Amino acid sequence: MDKIVRVNMSDLTTRMEAVPSEWAGLGGRALTSAIVAAEVIPTCHPLGENNKLVFAPGLLSGTTAANSGRFSAGAKSPLTGTIKESNAGGTAAQMFARLGIKALIIEGLPRGDSWYGLRVNKDGVSIAEETELIGKGNFAVVEALEARLGKKCGVLTIGPAGEMRMLSANISVKDSDSKLRSHGRGGLGAVMGSKRIKFIAIDDSGAAGITLADPEKFKAAARTFARALIEHPATGEGLPTFGTAEMVNIVNAAGGLPTRNFTYGRFEKHENISGETLRDTIIARGGSPKHGCQPGCIIQCSQVYNDKDGKYVTSGFEYETIEMLGANACIGDLDVIARADHLMDDIGVDSIETAVAIGVAMEAGVLPFGDGEGVLRLLREEIGAGTPLGRILGSGAGNVGRAYGVTRVPVVKNQAIPAYDPRSIKGIGITYATSTMGADHTSGYAVGTNLMGVGGGIVDPLKKEGQVELSRHLQIITVMLDSVGLCLFIGFPAADIPTCVPALIDMLNARFGLELTPEWIGGLGVTTLKTERAFNIAAGFTNKDDRLPEFFREPVAPHNAVWDFSGEEIDEFWNF
Amino acid sequence: MRVTVNLYATFRSGRFEQELRDFPLGTMLREVVAAVGIAESEIGMSLVNGCHAPMERALRDGDSIYLFPLLGGG
Repeated sequence: MDKIVRVNMSDLTTRMEAVPSEWAGLGGRALTSAIVAAEVIPTCHPLGENNKLVFAPGLLSGTTAANSGRFSAGAKSPLTGTIKESNAGGTAAQMFARLGIKALIIEGLPRGDSWYGLRVNKDGVSIAEETELIGKGNFAVVEALEARLGKKCGVLTIGPAGEMRMLSANISVKDSDSKLRSHGRGGLGAVMGSKRIKFIAIDDSGAAGITLADPEKFKAAARTFARALIEHPATGEGLPTFGTAEMVNIVNAAGGLPTRNFTYGRFEKHENISGETLRDTIIARGGSPKHGCQPGCIIQCSQVYNDKDGKYVTSGFEYETIEMLGANACIGDLDVIARADHLMDDIGVDSIETAVAIGVAMEAGVLPFGDGEGVLRLLREEIGAGTPLGRILGSGAGNVGRAYGVTRVPVVKNQAIPAYDPRSIKGIGITYATSTMGADHTSGYAVGTNLMGVGGGIVDPLKKEGQVELSRHLQIITVMLDSVGLCLFIGFPAADIPTCVPALIDMLNARFGLELTPEWIGGLGVTTLKTERAFNIAAGFTNKDDRLPEFFREPVAPHNAVWDFSGEEIDEFWNF
Repeated sequence: MRVTVNLYATFRSGRFEQELRDFPLGTMLREVVAAVGIAESEIGMSLVNGCHAPMERALRDGDSIYLFPLLGGG
């Protein structure tokens, strides 16, 4: 029987609750957003006692459905002040699902200076004071917890950045290789730090596991679903071969590659940091060009990157991190970026927010553009150590811009714009502007349609026509992916392979004994987006916050493209 | 006329990354794709000077052509 597990950090008590009927059909983002909207005061301080941190596996997590192990974390974001859902791979979603935990809700704040660790197992959740691991990096936390609890334990952890309640702090999730995946965006690590929880350890031994309503139907649907992922050239070939860094050359050719803090749309050293170069380098050094962020992933867009001596440096080496440090901060060197990626994972900061913040700091003159060693030093000695400069950098791109008087600050609702220039790829610009999460490419990934024609043909990235409708459609679909526990890239076969969505619906029906139809997707998306927006409006946001920064009115080479949407045109997004 | 042909991802296997090629004036993008031995059905994105271009596009001297298989996202 599925349950809600609640932890109150004010009085250090825990309890298990039945799942209310209105939440029974929800999972992942739809559930975390419903809980935050129902239980968190929208105007509360995100680091105060009235905020709540919620974790939820997707609806299909824990089953054999391919790529269904994404884990959602939700709260009011200290970075944006909006509602937030950030999802990650790793092993936690599947463990929660097998334990029958539909959601973990952490509320209140402890009195005093003690730190705590939570342990989740088949009997529920317990709280224990923690001393040994305080101040430690995320990799050391995983290693120590495996020594204490066994190699199979699941881990959610914050690094020093989360302990210091930095606004770019993330929550890391242990993956199958005892490395890390991250709930990166929106500073949820600071919320966990405010509740003085260093880690959550998960033990799913003796768990009841998943009971399928119709195992035969599920098996057949899961097979059809997996076949669709393999058949689509993006999920079956492109991503497994080159990783997400395949986008470097694509976006550069299209003139939308943010370069030198969004000054140019192309980077002359793009081949140094391309997916093609990444693949060749990984293979030459005995790393792995294929790797899954979660058990059951058949796309394998992650990778294991080694140094020149064949020694492990990082995994989950993503386009956004590579682009924002490589081109936007002009570092142009995969080895340096890989070391920075590892440091950011260990310190526990979002590699998008931090990389964009570094670009703004470079424009401010804190260090020169292209100074890779300088970036490593800032990460280690300033952000990781929590010096005053480190705290400014760890507060995100928007706050770096404010502290140094920079006007070219790529944020929406104070969250950094990632690695696609919205002037040259306008569909993603509408997503940045309107997302309930602040600038977030994953909430409606219009790049696939703008550049590659995913979903039935190209919507010209340089024109305004069709972008609002495209972003709206994608944001609605993405809510479903984020709620079922599916990888974002399922959006490609879902758009292009006719058997994919029916198989997905069949799996849900066979898992829960339901009779959903594909129309369910639209309903879930619309309801969740409206719930999230209502929270933001109650928190004080208006349509005037759905705007891109003023500097995007300046033309960017090579197309001299400008952001030319009017406020009224953007506001049409919410006309549904 | 002379155009620059840029190939990416799997299109580079057994071919090249970038080459200057001579074609008669008015050659269509389709003919360049055929000349480098790529099937049109394999093309995910074709750009001329950084903008999407159909296979019927008549090329001009100095054009830069970018050809990608269907890759996906980041």
